[in-house]
Amino acid sequence: MGIKRRDFLKRTVPVSVLPFFIGGFTFRAYGRSALLDSLVRAGVETDRVLVLVQLNGGNDGLNTVIPLDQYTAIMNARDNIAIPENQVIPLVNNAGLHPAMGDMKILFNEKKLCIVRGVGYPNPNLSHFRGTDIWLTASDANQTLTSGWLGRYLDQEFPDYPDGYPNTVAPDPLALQIGSVVSLGLQGPTVSMGMAITSPTSFYQLITGGVDEAPNTPAGHELTFIRQVALQTQQYATSIKAAAGNGNNLSPLYPAAGQNALADQLKIVAQLISGGLKTRIYVVNIGGFDTHSDQVDETFAIHAFQDDLRLLGVEHRVIGMTFSEFGRRIKSNASFGTDHGTSAPLFVFGKNVRPQIIGTNPVLPLNATQSDNLEMQFDFRSVYASILRDWFGVSQAALEAVLLKNFASLPIIMKQRGIKYPIISGNEPSTIVENVPTEPGLHPNYPNPFNPSTKIRFSTDGKPVQIKVYDTLGREITTLVNGVYPSGIHEVVFDAADLPAGVYYYRFQSGDIQQIRSMTLVK
Amino acid sequence: MNRRVFFAETLEDILSAEQPRVADIKPNEFANKALPQVARSLAGIEPYTGPWGFEQVAHLLRRTSFGAPRSTIDAMLSLTMDEIVEILVSELPTPDPPLNTNSNDTGAPVGETWVNAPTSDFNGSRNNSLKSWWTGLIIQQQPVSLHETMTLFWHNHFATEATVIKDARLTYRHNTLFRQYALNNFKELVKQVTIDPAMLRYLNGEKNTKTSPNENYARELQELFTVGKGPEIAQGNYTNYTEQDVQEAARVLTGWRIDTTTFTSYFVPNRHDTGNKQFSSAYQNTVILGKTGTDGATELDDLLNMIFAQPETAKFICRKLYRWFVYYVIDNATEANVISPLADIFRTNNYDIKPVLRVLFKSAHFYDPVNSGCIIKNPIDFNVGMARLFSVQFPDSANITRQYNHWKFVREQASLMQMDLCEPPNVAGWPAYYQTPQFHELWINSDTIQKRGKFSDTLATTGHTQNNFTLIIDPIAFVQQVSDPSDPNILINEFAKYMFPIAITNNQKSFLKEVLIPGLPDYEWTNEWLAFQSDPNDPIKRNAITTKLQTLLRTMMGLAEYHLM
Repeated sequence: MGIKRRDFLKRTVPVSVLPFFIGGFTFRAYGRSALLDSLVRAGVETDRVLVLVQLNGGNDGLNTVIPLDQYTAIMNARDNIAIPENQVIPLVNNAGLHPAMGDMKILFNEKKLCIVRGVGYPNPNLSHFRGTDIWLTASDANQTLTSGWLGRYLDQEFPDYPDGYPNTVAPDPLALQIGSVVSLGLQGPTVSMGMAITSPTSFYQLITGGVDEAPNTPAGHELTFIRQVALQTQQYATSIKAAAGNGNNLSPLYPAAGQNALADQLKIVAQLISGGLKTRIYVVNIGGFDTHSDQVDETFAIHAFQDDLRLLGVEHRVIGMTFSEFGRRIKSNASFGTDHGTSAPLFVFGKNVRPQIIGTNPVLPLNATQSDNLEMQFDFRSVYASILRDWFGVSQAALEAVLLKNFASLPIIMKQRGIKYPIISGNEPSTIVENVPTEPGLHPNYPNPFNPSTKIRFSTDGKPVQIKVYDTLGREITTLVNGVYPSGIHEVVFDAADLPAGVYYYRFQSGDIQQIRSMTLVK
Repeated sequence: MNRRVFFAETLEDILSAEQPRVADIKPNEFANKALPQVARSLAGIEPYTGPWGFEQVAHLLRRTSFGAPRSTIDAMLSLTMDEIVEILVSELPTPDPPLNTNSNDTGAPVGETWVNAPTSDFNGSRNNSLKSWWTGLIIQQQPVSLHETMTLFWHNHFATEATVIKDARLTYRHNTLFRQYALNNFKELVKQVTIDPAMLRYLNGEKNTKTSPNENYARELQELFTVGKGPEIAQGNYTNYTEQDVQEAARVLTGWRIDTTTFTSYFVPNRHDTGNKQFSSAYQNTVILGKTGTDGATELDDLLNMIFAQPETAKFICRKLYRWFVYYVIDNATEANVISPLADIFRTNNYDIKPVLRVLFKSAHFYDPVNSGCIIKNPIDFNVGMARLFSVQFPDSANITRQYNHWKFVREQASLMQMDLCEPPNVAGWPAYYQTPQFHELWINSDTIQKRGKFSDTLATTGHTQNNFTLIIDPIAFVQQVSDPSDPNILINEFAKYMFPIAITNNQKSFLKEVLIPGLPDYEWTNEWLAFQSDPNDPIKRNAITTKLQTLLRTMMGLAEYHLM
C-alpha cells in the first residue's frame, strides 16, 4: 500500500482531532499518538496468504494444458513425447490436462483452480537465470532490476523494515521461503523482506549450510560458538517454532515425507498457517522441471495442500500460484524433450479464485519447426497485478510503484464477498444504495452518543473494506466489516451492549484510504 | 583498566564523532565460561618440515597479512617458506603522511597534509583523515607484509585513544612510531613510546613531576607494556612488580614535557626527582641512582635495562604475539614448547622482533593443522581481508576526498563491529586479546554478527556508493580466476578453498550448489557460463551470471566459517 504514515495522519487529522465533550468531561483529542501509530503502522491489514510455487526449470505448457483441437499439429511436432489424445483429461473449451494431473482436474471440479494460459512477456529471454530474474523482479526483458516484485510490495506495506520489527502489528516474518536461500522475488529495494527456513523447527542450516557437526578442534570450537550466536539472531525463530507447535496437518493425501519435495514444503506452509503465523507470503520451489529429456509434473502435492487447508479451516485465507521461468518449444527435440520456449500456462489455486480457464487454445502451425513457440496471451505481470489488487487490496497507485507500469487486471480472484470473519458484535452490512460510483469512506455513525447500539455507514467502490473498532487504549474490540461489497453505501450495526461506557474509535480501511472516527457509548 | 580522565570533548570532536564509543563489552551467553578443552599442538618452535602447499601458504598469509588477493596467494605458491617469511618481515617504504579532506581546516589546504599544521584545531576531521589513511595503508599493502599487522599489534599493545590525545598531529607521530619500529627493536620502541608526546599526554607523563608524581604511565609500563602483571602474591605485590616499583618508576620518569610546536618531548631537569630509587625484590632490589641536570633523562635507560633484564618481559610479549597470531589458549605444553624458547630468542637477540617472528612463522607449531582456522577475525581482518581477497577496487588519489571517504567507510564499519582504529576502549587495548576466558569470542555477539553480515551482504550485492563511486566485489573477476568456472562443482570448491580456513563438508557443498543453481542440473550453469563467455560484453548475459554469483558469495560470507582465519 502506497500510503505513508504522515500522509495518513494528514488525511485523518480532520476526523481524529476533534475535541468533544461528553457527560461533562473533556476528552483530549488525538494528534499523533501511540494508538494512531499502531493503527497505521501496518499497511492494509489482512490475514490473507499467498503461496508462490516456483517450478524451476521451465514448464512444458503444451503437455500440461493440452489444446484438444490442435492434435494434428501436436502429433506432427512432437509425436515422441505427446500424450495420446485418448489419455488426455478433458476440462472445458476443448482444453485438457496431462493424464498425470488428475488431481488438478479434481481441484478444477471443486472450483478451486484458475488456469491462465499463454503467460509470458514480450521478447522472452531463454536463459534460465535471466528468465528467473525477470519473473522474480517483474522486469522487462531488457531491463535489470535488483529488487523483487513481492519485496517491493512488502516494502510498501512495511516501510521501515527491518527497523522496529518484529512488533505487535507484524510479529512474524513478512515472508518465508521454504528452502535454502531467500528468493530474489522477496528482495526489497534495500534489504530482503523474507527469510528462508528448511524446516520450522531447525534453523541450523541457515547458519551452517548443512547440519554437520563442527570438528573437535580449536577451529571447530569457535565454529560452534559462532553458529550458536548466529542462530540466536534469528529473531523470528521463536514465533515460527511456536506456530509450528500450534499448527498441524490434517490431509491424508500427502505422500510420505521425502518422496515429494513440493508436498513436503507445502506441508510446512499449511502447518505454519494453521498455527497462526501472520506471515503473508510463502515461497516454495521445486526443481526437476528442467526436463529436456523427461517430462515430469507435480500436481498432487498441490491437491493435498488444498485439501489440508480445507480440513484446517483456513482455505478461505489462502491462494497459491505456480510459475516457471519459461515454457517449452512446440517441437520436441530428438532426446524426448523440448527446448526452452516462451509462454506457458500458470495455475492459481484456492477457494477464492475464479474457477475458470482464462485464455484460449493456441493455434499451432501445422508443421512446427524447432524454433516455433507458443504465442504469449497474457503478460505475467498482469497476473501479479490481479493478485496484488484483488487479493491484497493494493491500490492502483501503489500497484504501479510495485510493478513499475500499469498492467491490465485479469479476473482471477473472486470479486464477490468471499471472506467471512467471525463478527462479534456487528452483523452483515445491509446495502443502502448499490451501484453508484462513490468515494470510499466513513459516514458519521448514528446515533451518537449511543446506547446500546449505533449504525455505521460506509461507502465503497468495490474494493475490499475493513472496519475495526478500538477502545481508547488501542485495543481491538471487534472487526465489524471485512469483505468486498458492491459499489455504493452500506450500513453495519455496532452493538455495544456488553461494553463499558466510553469513547470508541472505528477505523475504515479500503485500498489506500484509511479513516478513523470516534463514537461515544453512554450508559 | 581505564584510568584516564574523560575530559569534555571539544564541540568539533562531538560533531565529528559519528559512532558512539565502545562501552564495556558483555560476552555473548555462548562465549567461553572456561578456556576450551580442545586438542592443542604439542609441536614446538622447531622448523616446520612437512608439506609446503596451498594450505600452508594461505594459513600464513591469512594470519600475517590480512589475507591477500587470490592472484597473490597463487603467485606465492611457487615460493618456499623461507622466501615468503623473508618477504613478510621486510619493511615497506615509509608512507606519505595523511591528507586533509576538510575544506574548513585552515591548517592545510585540501589534498595537503595537516600533520605540521600550526594549531591543534580541526582535530575531529584530522583524526578521521588519520584513521582513513591508516585503513588505506592496511588495505593496499603490497604484495604481502607483516608491517601493517605489527603496526596494529603495537597499537593494541601500547593502546591510546585519539579522542583523548586530542591532537591528531601527535597521534599521527605516535602511529608513525609503531610503523617505524613495527619490525625492529622492542626495547628501543618502549623507550620511544615512554617519551612520545601522545603517550605523555594520554597517560599523564607530562604532569609527572618531583613535587607531584603521577604513577599512571609507570604502572602501565609494567602492568601492560613489559613484564606484565602476575598473580597478587601479597598485598600490592603482583609477582613481577609491586606497588613500590610503580612509585619508584614514576619517580624515575619525572621531568618530561611536550613541545606542541615541534611535536617532540623534552626533559626539564628541575622537574625531575634526583633521589635514588629503590626497587623491590621483584627487580632484585635494584637501586637506580638519582642523577642531576640533563643526565636525569638517562635514568629511563637504567629503568628499561632493569625491566628488560627480567625474563618475564620477553615471555609476556611472546604470549601476546601468540594470542594475536596463533590462538588464545596457552597450555603448559605451549608455554614450554613455544613461549619459553621464543622468549629466549627474543632476549638473545637483544629484543629485536624479527628473529622471533621468523622462528614463529617457520615453526612446526604454527603449521600444525590443529592451529588452522581457530582465530576469529577481528573486524579489521574481516573487512580488510574481504577487500583484499576479492581485490575490491578503491577510488584512486585523483579525488582525495572520495578516496578517504571509502577508506573511512571500511573503518567505520569495523568500528560498528567494535574495533575502531586509534580508539581502543582503554589503555589495555581490545579485550579480545586479554579478557580470559572469552578472548577472540568477544568479537562476536548477536549485534556484531549482524553488522558483519550486513557489511559482507553490501560488498557482495549492492555495494556502497559514495561520491559517485561504488565499492563492490566484482564476482566475475573473482570467478574468472577459477581453474574451470564452467563447472559449478569446481567453482564452489575453489571459492571455499580461498574463502574458508577449514574444509567445508559435502552437505555444505550441495547446499551451496543449491544456492547457485536452485533445482537445476549442473549443465545449466555450464550453458549460462559459456553463453556469457561467448559474448562477455552483453550486459544481460553478464547480469544473469552476476546475480547468481552474488547470491553465492553473500551466502558463503554468511557462513560461520568465513569469520574464522
